[in-house]
Amino acid sequence: MNQPPPDAAPPARVSLPDIFGTFLLIGATSFGGGVVAYLRSALVGRRRWLDDDGFVEVLSISQTLPGLNAANVAILVGDRLRGLPGAVAAVTGICLPGALVMFAAGVAFGMHAERSFAKPMLHGVAAAAVGLVTAVTVQIGRKSLQRLGDLAFVALTVIGVSVLHWPIPYVLPVVGALAIWWHRPTRAAAPVSS
Amino acid sequence: MNPLVLLAGVFAYLSLLTFGGGMAAFPELKLLVVEVHQWLTFPQLVQLYSVGQAAPGPNMMVVAAIGERVGGPLGALISVVAFLLPTSLLTFGIGRLWARLEAWPWRHAIQRGLAPVSIGLVLAGSISLARGAITGWPAATIAVGVFAILLSTRINPALLVLGGALIGLFAFRAA
Repeated sequence: MNQPPPDAAPPARVSLPDIFGTFLLIGATSFGGGVVAYLRSALVGRRRWLDDDGFVEVLSISQTLPGLNAANVAILVGDRLRGLPGAVAAVTGICLPGALVMFAAGVAFGMHAERSFAKPMLHGVAAAAVGLVTAVTVQIGRKSLQRLGDLAFVALTVIGVSVLHWPIPYVLPVVGALAIWWHRPTRAAAPVSS
Repeated sequence: MNPLVLLAGVFAYLSLLTFGGGMAAFPELKLLVVEVHQWLTFPQLVQLYSVGQAAPGPNMMVVAAIGERVGGPLGALISVVAFLLPTSLLTFGIGRLWARLEAWPWRHAIQRGLAPVSIGLVLAGSISLARGAITGWPAATIAVGVFAILLSTRINPALLVLGGALIGLFAFRAA
């Protein structure tokens, strides 16, 4: 417990403004929901703060835990670079531009939502967003689902939430526990039963 | 109760449901924002959420817009902080433990097990969003078109969202 966190010592000490600025730039330019791809090209490519394996590890932690994937990546990378202040700088930087844009959208919505041009445009945006969100989910699913049985847990979750309208706080722990049990660690020698 | 306190409570709670991304919490977001607290109508929520898909950065900054509608600038700030704080603390803590959990056999099981559940939650979120957004054939055509283009090309999705706005301007004018 008293040993220091096994850090893979980042190449050089990175300054907090540098961390904040880098994530602010990603947060301001990552249009279209694919923010993870922007993170990868900035952190692994341009800045070389992480190598590919490091990024995959950080991303897999981020996807397993609740929270926005991009915000979680920012926290983990910020922490590796400069500890808690680094994590705060990174997550603030990546969220600030989008939050400001959406704050402005909230103000504009209050003023213009009833205008004749706004309603049909927003309707079109909403329809496009459905296609976008579904496509991104399919792309992630292709990568992360490894067994056919996993599809059963996807289906159970969708049926529970969308068809039976069970609350997520019930569906998540129940199906989650079943799925974790399905993937439970097996002793190397033990025969696979049922 | 003070609406700012309600905002903080609602978004702190929702953040803990965002397995797989913000979309996973959408059905519960709809329940709380539209039905329980009646801050927005369902069409308003769908529209604001969808605008958020075209904004840069993490895709749930729509909480800033909802907070603004309910409580002005302070409402927006409180909503964003409440939405980020619980999961950020969790990620920070687990991130530091992660290397030590390497030898723990259940770490892998948890990761592999939660992946399909996360995807199911995000799909359920998409279905909930679709129930508000897909009102007829024109909207369904836009959604299917965006879906097909995204899976077959490398176009920037934000352009497709803008395209949806332009098509909507003509397709839904009379509606």
